[in-house]
Amino acid sequence: MIERGSRSRGFDNFDVRFIGLIFAILGIGVLSIYSVTHDQGVAFPFYAKQIVWILLGTVAFLVMWLSDYHRIARLAYPAYAIILILLIVVLFEGRSSRGAQRWIPMGPFAFQPSEFAKLVLILTLAHYYSQAPRVGWLQRVVLPGLLVLPGLLLILKQPDLGSGLSFLAIYAAMLLMVGMRSKAVGVILLFSLMLFPFAWEITWGALHDYQRQRIMTFVDPLYDTGGTGYHALQSRIAIGAGELTGKGLYGGTQSQLKFLPEGHTDFVFSVFAEEWGFLGVLALLLLFVGLIWLSLEVVSRAKDQLGALLAVGILCMLCFCVVINIGMTAGMFPIVGIPLPLMSYGGSATIMTMASLGLLLNVKRRRLSFF
Amino acid sequence: MATAGLHDSELGELQRRLIILRVGLLLVMALLGLQLWNLQIREGPYYRDLSENNRTRSVIMEPARGLIYDRNGVLLANNVPSFTLYVSLEDVKDRDRLIDQLSTLLGLDAELVRKKLTARGSKQLPRKVKDRLTLREATLVESHRLDMPGVMVQVESQRNYPGGMTASHLLGYVGEVSPEQLEKPEFADLHQGSIVGQYGVEKFFDQLVRGQAGQKSIEVDAVGHEKRTVVVEQPHAGDNLYLTIDTRLQKVAENLLGEETGAIVALDPRTGDVLAMASRPGFDPNILSRELTPKQWAEIVQDEGRPLNNRASQGQYPPGSVFKVMMAAAALETKTVTPSTSIYCNGGYQFGGRLYRDWKVGGHGSVDLRHALVQSCDVYFYTVGQRMGIETMASFAHQFGLGEETGIELPSERVGIVPSEAWKRKAKNQEWFPGETISASIGQGYVNVTPLQMASLIGTVANDGVMFRPRLVQAVMDRETGELQQRPAVPKRTLKLRPGILSLIREALSGVVKEGTGTKAQSELVTIAGKTGTAQTRSLGKEKKAEKDIPKKFRDHAWFVAFAPVEAPTIAVAVLGEHMGHGGSASAPLAKELIETYVKLNLSVPSAVKNGEAVRGGDAGGQGTR
Repeated sequence: MIERGSRSRGFDNFDVRFIGLIFAILGIGVLSIYSVTHDQGVAFPFYAKQIVWILLGTVAFLVMWLSDYHRIARLAYPAYAIILILLIVVLFEGRSSRGAQRWIPMGPFAFQPSEFAKLVLILTLAHYYSQAPRVGWLQRVVLPGLLVLPGLLLILKQPDLGSGLSFLAIYAAMLLMVGMRSKAVGVILLFSLMLFPFAWEITWGALHDYQRQRIMTFVDPLYDTGGTGYHALQSRIAIGAGELTGKGLYGGTQSQLKFLPEGHTDFVFSVFAEEWGFLGVLALLLLFVGLIWLSLEVVSRAKDQLGALLAVGILCMLCFCVVINIGMTAGMFPIVGIPLPLMSYGGSATIMTMASLGLLLNVKRRRLSFF
Repeated sequence: MATAGLHDSELGELQRRLIILRVGLLLVMALLGLQLWNLQIREGPYYRDLSENNRTRSVIMEPARGLIYDRNGVLLANNVPSFTLYVSLEDVKDRDRLIDQLSTLLGLDAELVRKKLTARGSKQLPRKVKDRLTLREATLVESHRLDMPGVMVQVESQRNYPGGMTASHLLGYVGEVSPEQLEKPEFADLHQGSIVGQYGVEKFFDQLVRGQAGQKSIEVDAVGHEKRTVVVEQPHAGDNLYLTIDTRLQKVAENLLGEETGAIVALDPRTGDVLAMASRPGFDPNILSRELTPKQWAEIVQDEGRPLNNRASQGQYPPGSVFKVMMAAAALETKTVTPSTSIYCNGGYQFGGRLYRDWKVGGHGSVDLRHALVQSCDVYFYTVGQRMGIETMASFAHQFGLGEETGIELPSERVGIVPSEAWKRKAKNQEWFPGETISASIGQGYVNVTPLQMASLIGTVANDGVMFRPRLVQAVMDRETGELQQRPAVPKRTLKLRPGILSLIREALSGVVKEGTGTKAQSELVTIAGKTGTAQTRSLGKEKKAEKDIPKKFRDHAWFVAFAPVEAPTIAVAVLGEHMGHGGSASAPLAKELIETYVKLNLSVPSAVKNGEAVRGGDAGGQGTR
């Protein structure tokens, strides 16, 4: 392939800002993980591992950035098939942790297929919509819905409510951006309403006890502070106790003394909020808003529908995870186990998020294929 | 690209639709920001309090109780480290399970543990569940601690009495403050689990000895592990007490009683210092200071020998013939008789159609006052008592300190009974019968005294009428400043008797030992004066039996009061043996032994005490300054 313009050869100012924001957030993440786990006393603590994940993620970022996204998209269906197989494998061979079977062990590490499933789903849907004009609600809604369903069901089976919700969010966002006639929207609404009792029955019945309890305690977080409401309350205490300026690095008693569980993963935001206060939180939110804003720029500058859909999908996934994670730590949503992108400790999530952002930045590029 | 650009119109539409995302994003971020503002700024202080509370636990640091020494600096009560089990209620997740675990682990009574955990009181302060854990128990608890959040083992000082049973009634024992005590103002700054004196000196001087609890605020993690101490308010140790007793003399007194039931009190008549105060049977304060189960406690309380009773200050007995010492003084002062007045004793005294016997069958013949004391003639004192009347007798008895507290610094001192017409109307709602005056005049009938009162009485006679309040604590040392504060001897009153009366009585009492009923108290070491008493426990006038034929519990109480040396008395002694028979045969030898021990000790005692020099940082007492 021959590229069209000369501007695309190197970094431009936009890329620098974009990558700068990513690494700023990654840095804050590592700092917070370090703060909670620095006294673990093991040879290879979490913050060090996270740095390794970031290095691997950087490789993934570069690969996704510098390849041709059209080529990548062509691999979407096989990739989705592989992911579905992996999701089946994880149900049988996976490693359990706290009642959920989400990981496939790989040597000293573990691989979480549901994280990668999100990116693959975006690729699949973007590929589907851009291959041919999709008209009518059957082609626009039902067929892609059938694509989403097996992955969604397998993920919910693990169970992984957070990833499942992300799946739905990606599907909904893509639908919304592809656009639907008002008639189609009406039909979907009608069907949804009719199916709601069944769906409620099926989903509520399929939920595990701890998931139900989490949702119940969300209604009244203070009703059982020692039990199910414990995480929610401790997280709110941590954030609230940060006040305006925070307690300073290592000063967060909630996380340092382990009142706040999972301080390095799902609740890393609470750790940060306790140590850096409202001012720090504001700065972090601005970093995320900046990153998403630049992503929106990429979408609006996309040269084709595939690129736009890829970028929109990734952007919505990112947005969803950030909002739900911060919202749940701050007590606005139930605790559903969605990590904070670029900050929570986790190999699969970090690599997947960085790969996604690479792909997103790729959309902005005029094509230049190294691979 | 083949596929690219096929749906350009749709691309444009999609890109126009981005405005929804932009607006949505800003809206959602604003909402998040608002919620965080709420949490961190508006409710920030509230959550900060919650987080402080989350991480700090208040732990009480029990103060070390003051030490107790005898007059020579011999340690009587100290503190030894021991393990105490606490439960911090805030950290307990499942109370029933914890009670279960603790009771199986340590073999505790589950109901008892429950009571301690549910007792009223601050939830912030840890509850004491068990003290004196053995090393094994402490290790057991520590190794299961992860499994039992909220459980802590603290090292604390535990009261210890190195002498065991020695001076147990004097020292007393300690125990947890009771819920009833906590309601009282003097225990206001205490809390559930605080140790307070429950008996003896420990109780009477508790405010001094107790000290002041400190508090440390420790930072704990989510599992209740101590991370670091944040604030320390140091506990203040209690003051040390220096008692007036001489442990060596005390031990001799206790051994003299041996297995018998009774009491021995030795005072320094010149100061009121209690040199020894023994009561038997006794108890081991080390056991009583431990936490007893209700069953153990019931066993001690229901013991027929009533070992918790301090017979020296709480036992009340008819004084018998010892009362004649007071009677003689009263008779001379009121001029009922003169020293040379003779009364004829034919072995009985007829009054109101009843014969009041003399102890000596056949009588003493013609006796004067000295003879009456030396031979303990009953008829003489029947006559004198009848002449004086009960009211005069009562007023003199009061002057000699009977029927009132001696003022010794021990809890629950009993006062005995000095009968009078008014007393009888009040206590029995009856008129006084003239015959009762006759019984009272030889210390029988309603008259009741404590051995301590008797020691004080004979001491006052020895000290020529100047009565001192018995002193038990001669000095208090502030443990923080090391300052030693002397507690002076307190003169109580001087008997209103004409000069010469007491010296006459003292001479007669010396005759008691030399040639009278108390010859068994004769000593080669020192001159002793004394008075025997045999307090009948059954009504007077029954026919006499040989003592060995009477069941022990119906035998008489044996009294002997004494002082020595006769020329310049330094010790006054009262011996009471319950159901030991005749004072002259049973108690007099004990008094002699004790006095001889005292004399020997003071001959061999280093001059430090005698000269009033410093003993453990201060004057050991008033002995040498006189």
